[in-house]
Amino acid sequence: MAVQQIKFYQTGSFVVGNRLLSPEQRAVQADPGRANALTCGHRACQGCGEALGARYVVDTALRAASNKVIAVNATGCLEVFSTPYPETSWQLPWLHSLFGNAAAVATGVAAAQRVKHRDDVRVLAQGGDGGTVDIGFACLSGMFERNDDVLYVCYDNEAYMNTGVQRSGATPPAARTATTQAVGSDPGNLFGQGKNVPLIALAHEIPYVATATVAELRDLEAKVQYAMSLRGARYLHVLVPCPLGWGSDSSETIRLARLAKESGLFPVFEAERGEITGVSKIRRQVPVEEYLQPQRRYAHLFGPSPRPEVVARLQARADRNIERFGLIDDEVDN
Amino acid sequence: MSEQRELERSPNGRVEPGEHTRGPAAPRQPLYRQLEGSRGVAEAVARCRPEVVCAYPISPQTHIVEALSALVKSGELTPCEFINVESEFGAMSVAIGASAAGARAYTATASQGLLYMAEAVYNAAGLGLPIVMTVANRAIGAPINIWNDHSDSMSQRDSGWIQLYAEDNQEALDLHIQAFRLAEELSVPVMVCMDGFVLTHAYERLTVPSQQDVDAFLPPYTPRQVLDPADPVSIGAMVGPEAFTEVRYLAHVKQLQAERAIPQVAEDFAAAFGRDSGGLLHTYRCDDAETIVVALGSVLGTIKDTADDLREEGMRIGVVGLTSFRPFPADAIRAALSAARRVVIVERAFSTGIGGIVSADVWNATSGLRQRPAHGYTVIAGLGGRPITKASLRRLFVDAVADRLEPLTFLDLDRDLVDRELRRMGERRRSGPTAENLLRDIDGRGRL
Amino acid sequence: MEKPFAITLDVGSSRANKTGAWRTQRPVYTDLLPPCSDACPAGEQVQQWLYHAEEGGYERAWRQIMSDNPFPAIMGRVCYRPCETACNRGRLDEAVGINSVERFLGDEAIRQGWTVPVEAASSGRHVLVVGAGPAGLAAAYHLRLLGHRVTVRDSGSKPGGMMRYGIPVYRLPRDVLDAEIQRIVDMGVTLELGTTVRDAAEAMAADGFDAVFLAVGAHIGQRTYIPAGDSARIMDAVSVLRGMEDEDLPLLGRRVAVYGGGNTALDVARTAKRLGATDPIVVYRRSRERMPAHDFEVAEAIEEGVRMNWLSTVAHADAGTITVERMELDESGYPQPTGEFDELGADALVLAIGQVSDLSVVDGVPGVHVADAVVEVDRTMMTGHQGIFAGGDMVPAERTVTTAVGHGKLAARNIDAWLRHRRYAEPDRAELADYDRLNPWYFSDAPKQHRPRLDAARRASTFDEVVSGLDESTALFEARRCMSCGNCFECDNCYGVCPDNAIRKLGPGQRYEIDYDYCKGCNLCVAECPAGAISVLPERS
Repeated sequence: MAVQQIKFYQTGSFVVGNRLLSPEQRAVQADPGRANALTCGHRACQGCGEALGARYVVDTALRAASNKVIAVNATGCLEVFSTPYPETSWQLPWLHSLFGNAAAVATGVAAAQRVKHRDDVRVLAQGGDGGTVDIGFACLSGMFERNDDVLYVCYDNEAYMNTGVQRSGATPPAARTATTQAVGSDPGNLFGQGKNVPLIALAHEIPYVATATVAELRDLEAKVQYAMSLRGARYLHVLVPCPLGWGSDSSETIRLARLAKESGLFPVFEAERGEITGVSKIRRQVPVEEYLQPQRRYAHLFGPSPRPEVVARLQARADRNIERFGLIDDEVDN
Repeated sequence: MSEQRELERSPNGRVEPGEHTRGPAAPRQPLYRQLEGSRGVAEAVARCRPEVVCAYPISPQTHIVEALSALVKSGELTPCEFINVESEFGAMSVAIGASAAGARAYTATASQGLLYMAEAVYNAAGLGLPIVMTVANRAIGAPINIWNDHSDSMSQRDSGWIQLYAEDNQEALDLHIQAFRLAEELSVPVMVCMDGFVLTHAYERLTVPSQQDVDAFLPPYTPRQVLDPADPVSIGAMVGPEAFTEVRYLAHVKQLQAERAIPQVAEDFAAAFGRDSGGLLHTYRCDDAETIVVALGSVLGTIKDTADDLREEGMRIGVVGLTSFRPFPADAIRAALSAARRVVIVERAFSTGIGGIVSADVWNATSGLRQRPAHGYTVIAGLGGRPITKASLRRLFVDAVADRLEPLTFLDLDRDLVDRELRRMGERRRSGPTAENLLRDIDGRGRL
Repeated sequence: MEKPFAITLDVGSSRANKTGAWRTQRPVYTDLLPPCSDACPAGEQVQQWLYHAEEGGYERAWRQIMSDNPFPAIMGRVCYRPCETACNRGRLDEAVGINSVERFLGDEAIRQGWTVPVEAASSGRHVLVVGAGPAGLAAAYHLRLLGHRVTVRDSGSKPGGMMRYGIPVYRLPRDVLDAEIQRIVDMGVTLELGTTVRDAAEAMAADGFDAVFLAVGAHIGQRTYIPAGDSARIMDAVSVLRGMEDEDLPLLGRRVAVYGGGNTALDVARTAKRLGATDPIVVYRRSRERMPAHDFEVAEAIEEGVRMNWLSTVAHADAGTITVERMELDESGYPQPTGEFDELGADALVLAIGQVSDLSVVDGVPGVHVADAVVEVDRTMMTGHQGIFAGGDMVPAERTVTTAVGHGKLAARNIDAWLRHRRYAEPDRAELADYDRLNPWYFSDAPKQHRPRLDAARRASTFDEVVSGLDESTALFEARRCMSCGNCFECDNCYGVCPDNAIRKLGPGQRYEIDYDYCKGCNLCVAECPAGAISVLPERS
């Protein structure tokens, strides 16, 4: 009989909770007493990945800091759907200032804690991809460079969704947005150089940089938890599919996030002080088509006049990620 | 010996034991030093115990934050976080965060920097955060120009900030101390405007109040609302049409409250420090004045000197120096101008296409007077650092008294140069299929 | 705190905004029929007992099995496990080793001495069960649980029927069999062995039984005409296997040929090997693929040294030899003779070509219809004679122990209803939990745990049990491979993935509740439920 390591549990190993685990081993999201930092009644679209990601992140941060977290929010969907007067969905001290200044405002909040010797109060900044990689980029970089004690979380849904799905610096090539329409000889977004803010953050050699998706909750929570154990500037980039902007069914949000990672298009990794320290391996590799096809923003690649050469370019990007980050394990691992 | 310590010394050089006085006490004998305006402001700000100071360099504000940086770095100003940010937008944003988290926050800027910061300037006011900011007034480009005028702070007129304009460096220094108290009493940000270079870089005999006196005047910051895990709130909600008007109206009410609070704070300041500084406006020889000149900032000194000269020649001329531009002290202006036959408003900024910015507010304030000044003149002066000389002012006032002034005058405008340029432009005008352009094309020589 | 109007808000106030109004579809929790339970002839709620086993609740798991099947330890050895054939996990990697977990639970129960209490009030009714095989004993067990007096009569000297007389010891050790039967006897079932019931109706009337359940099995080996010399030794499989329970073991000789392709044929060949035959050979007229015997039995037999002569019919048997004709399959898969013959050395030829029932017990019983050598029963398992029910191998059905056990249960419940002048309504069958409903992503790669097996050399010479049980940790592992098809297993996924916090977690064993005040109907919970236990309904307008 072959020696078989007993996995800790198998019935739904990758699920949120699992009754087979002792409570402390379950995800924060499995806790009936979780903070629900972003509570019911918010006005996010059905199946919003950002609403989900934000609750995942903030709940975990709250647990890690014994509920002493102050959040700063950039303008964007998350801000708009959570705090339309007269109701807020937040359950922690939360401040929204502007679109492009979340990192700097968070720096100010952190400075206030430092000056008041409140080491126990931790600061979290959050924004969408527009507020992070575009308009908020200077403040973000400044926060990194000074190594301010802030965990900045970017919820990346790859376009300006709040304003009606316009292209951002994080919009992937070929994707249709309201400002990169699926018309002309090169429909959708251009194949630019991309703007990989996680790698840019890494280049700042800040204490911690990580990417994650809403499909891998435990990975995400572990990263938030770890990030909260460190001081200084930390950056977490979470892929959060947007049913509205991506043209996908509201029930597909998590699956798409999963496929983004499993195809290699969205590498999930973590880094400390400029060095990549871990990658989340692809578990079941899928061709990019499997990820692209359910999304109407890529419909022009598959319609009556398909564009296999564009799909091949996207596959090449995925392949490059796989190669570059070592996303596929050569060893067969049971 | 640090300068702060030096400030604690009595004139005989002995260090006096620290006194903690609370409430109005007998003003001390002030110690005067020859100081650069920026340095004086920095020390006054330091006396206010700011907890977070953020800075981004832009002339002519830099000396202030440089001095503060040294005070923080040396440990003389503590506890305080001095944060070098990546832009003025970042500076105001850091201040917003710090203030919302309950820290007393300060920054300084000028000109382009203020414009780059503008979005956050409005935001700070909208959120009701008692940030104090120095604006070292400077022109706005293009063309780029580092010298003084008021275009920068005037552009933020409607931002919801209190705007106080300093006439001289002592007042600049004093206004900062009052500004923190005003800001925190009302939960509204205050901008102290001082003329770039003219004040910031000028050495004057100044007195910086002692730490004890400032502490007595300015209580520790107790925020009205604060980001506190023990009592969480969401600050910065989105407000739609159903309540936005009310929010804006309440911001207006806050300015009206400031209109009452500013004289009160100035009165308290006078009681504590023995000096008249701040308030809504200063009047100078206005009692019997037929002609009253209204102005803001450092030009008031020159104007007063000119008025003194003209007084000696029998001209009944007075001066109103506006300290508070926002809130605009309409009642005080009406009271000051109620007996004047004519009003001359000297402004260091203007609104292209219409003219005076301060003037519009003055005319608006006086429009309700039963006996309005018969004549009102707007004079745009000192743009981009052009000197405003006594000679020019004298000519101006003489013309005004004779009612020979145009309603809108640009002081010392080089008429010839402008006319030449206008002619040149007219000749080269080429836009659209106007008859002239068509003929020019036919002519082929480019002229009619 | 002095909060500025509109700009600063009290936390959590959005709960006033009932986003449930947005919903056009409504997710609802469902309990579907998992394919394992659907496939189980004994009607075991497989997923449910695995659920208990997953958390180490072995006794709860065992009791769950016992509510449908009184023989977990036997099932864990002899069941042909249609549950595993149906198991959705087979589409992901390998089917869950349900059978091995069941055996572990059954063995654990024997080790621990777990018993089943009879809690029902006595009905005062007395039921006769004819036949102490799997159907009869199962019926007796369930009837006892339902409060009836039960007498089981069997003509054999020991109970168990085919479990004892048809299944070799190396597949089902008799101590296991005895233990599970004794547990039933200990519940107060009267067992009358060596008692042959001649006439069901007469016995019912004579001894005052209120109902009868007939389960006499199929113990007569079917014969076929084989031209044979006088000295040829031709035996039937049933007799050989039954003979294994006697003190004098059957004399098969060194070279044994078994004719037939079913499990019984293999049982005989493997038994012969263990009795000392050097060269047991199975002769079957079709190919291996078409053999009715289970693959694993064929494989085990070959491992043990049994030879297979596929595509052959026995043409002639003589002393020491049999002549076989080679066959070939025609286009429709039927074997056709080729006219080519081989001779095989064989001291004995054992026919394993099927069994028939001895139906004399219903001879002349009014109303009972026999067709194709089996007794006709209606949906309630009742024969045409009121109060006489029948099941197991004597009625038309697949002839397996598990099917018989299922008959016993079904008959018992119907007999109970009939005695109480009620109708037994089988519970509604829920919708089947298809593989397509599942989200298999959430199940880790967990290869099946195979039960250790005795090595072939030892197997060929002893009657030790070939397949051992899983130890506790591997049984637990195996149980946890269950994907809980169509049934919530409290993984918290729905609770976790709802972007609107519209799912309430009710605590261990209590599952979840959807808060329709806030559920926007995005159906993420539906998509991400690993078990497919949430359905979507259109929202009532």
